[in-house]
Amino acid sequence: MNTAWNIVRKIKEHVIEKVILFSGTTSILFVLLIFVFLLKEGLSIFWMVPLSDFLFAKNWYPISDPPQFGILPLILGSLFVTFGAAVLSVPIGIASALFIAEIAPPKLKEVMKAGIELLAAIPSVVIGFIGMMTLGPLIKDLFNLTTGLTALTGSITLAFMAMPTIVSIAEDAITAVPRSYREAAIAMGATKWQTTWRIVAYAARPGMIAAVMLGIGRVIGETMAVMMVTGNAALIPRSFLQPVRTLTATIAAEMGETVQGGEHYSALFAIGIILFIITFIINGIADLYLHRTRK
Amino acid sequence: MVKNTVKVSIQSLSIFYDTVQAVKNLTLDIFPNEIFTIIGPANSGKSSLLLTLNRLGEINPSYRKTGTVLLDGENIDTLNVEILRRRVGIVFALPFPLPISIYDNVAYGPRMQGIKKKSILDGIVESALTEAYLWDEVKDRLQSPAMNLSGGQQQRLCIARVLALKPEVIMFDEPTSGLDPISTARVEETLRTLKAHYTIILVTNNVAQAARVGDRTAFLLMGELIELDNTNKLFTAPADKRTDDYITGKFG
Repeated sequence: MNTAWNIVRKIKEHVIEKVILFSGTTSILFVLLIFVFLLKEGLSIFWMVPLSDFLFAKNWYPISDPPQFGILPLILGSLFVTFGAAVLSVPIGIASALFIAEIAPPKLKEVMKAGIELLAAIPSVVIGFIGMMTLGPLIKDLFNLTTGLTALTGSITLAFMAMPTIVSIAEDAITAVPRSYREAAIAMGATKWQTTWRIVAYAARPGMIAAVMLGIGRVIGETMAVMMVTGNAALIPRSFLQPVRTLTATIAAEMGETVQGGEHYSALFAIGIILFIITFIINGIADLYLHRTRK
Repeated sequence: MVKNTVKVSIQSLSIFYDTVQAVKNLTLDIFPNEIFTIIGPANSGKSSLLLTLNRLGEINPSYRKTGTVLLDGENIDTLNVEILRRRVGIVFALPFPLPISIYDNVAYGPRMQGIKKKSILDGIVESALTEAYLWDEVKDRLQSPAMNLSGGQQQRLCIARVLALKPEVIMFDEPTSGLDPISTARVEETLRTLKAHYTIILVTNNVAQAARVGDRTAFLLMGELIELDNTNKLFTAPADKRTDDYITGKFG
């Protein structure tokens, strides 16, 4: 009887273990498969266009004859929008995280956290829609432009999307700072502000950097909202008040028109590879800092 | 040990957490340059008393007190709270170095007071670490993280950190409860030498420690002062039966 039970238990253990192992490895497997697929579909473009031309040529005319596949305007478009969004969302995001974690009274804290989570749950197309209908016209009138769909519009819209990530992860990092640090600082005659700024923010710094990197990762990968509000002109931007087109928007907008296996098709996949590498690096940096926090 | 001046005067002090009373109508005086030890079992109000003397208790929203505490004759509630906390420093039971270098831990307090000059800070750091008997062990690695020190070293670092504030009173809340006997002996040694320049209040649940280092000892039980006397007297001929029971280990 006893041994039978033991055998059943052992089998159960074994099955559970294998199921968990399988679930764990599939996610890694999928990432690998995606990367392999991207490489397979995208690399062929480099037979035709050398990598340096692909990255640094100034013109993206995929359907003219002969086609030109220079993604520099797209990279700059992504950079402009991302940089703008980071400039807007990082200070505000970190400040709200500090406010929620350190200053806000408990009730307000709950309300604010719920609000931030709600912000994260708004579909990007809705945020894009709001940006297009309200922010666009506002910017057009404010700066007297012919179109309100510009890099600045995209930056502001995306800042809203990066904020929830930055705030919630930074807030976690700040809350995780041991109370003893705060008490020690206060016991030494530090004011609330000195404690928050010089001890809590300092100790939570790795987590806050990770929060910023993940927020930026979200911004770079964002497609729908950015496609709706940036005007989608594949030109090298000279200011934030010009329309731009990002890497992601290009793929989304053009994939439908391509011939499978054609040059344009594989050029879009090559853009996918570039994006994949960028987000991989950003996530890697974030991960590095997150691990540093846990130590 | 009785002197004419009083450093800290506690007058009809009661401390509450919400409705629970932690200290009951306590009145006692602490004199300059003595080691005043407070003994008593858990929940006797020892730590609450310390947290009152530099108004750290106020961080806890359920904390409330009645009665007065005078520091050099001045009501502590009328003093600037940050300055009070520098004058009345505290060393906690567990060493909590900040996650920065050894040097920065000690220089933290002086820097907050606006001292920026490297040469002055260097001097403060060296003398504080020397006074805490840590200088020789760390002088070659002042820039390494304080977290790398051993437990006993961390505790002496925390003492140095308080000394760097140039306090008048230093409170120790069970400073050796997490330390091994050798580290404990070092800390006690430090306490004895510090007495020359500071007023020391030592809370301990180690009765033998109170007997070893204390000049006067107060025995608290359930928030009430049961007995207060010269340490020798209290340990050799306690007036109250409960004191006798506690120090001989019959309870607590």
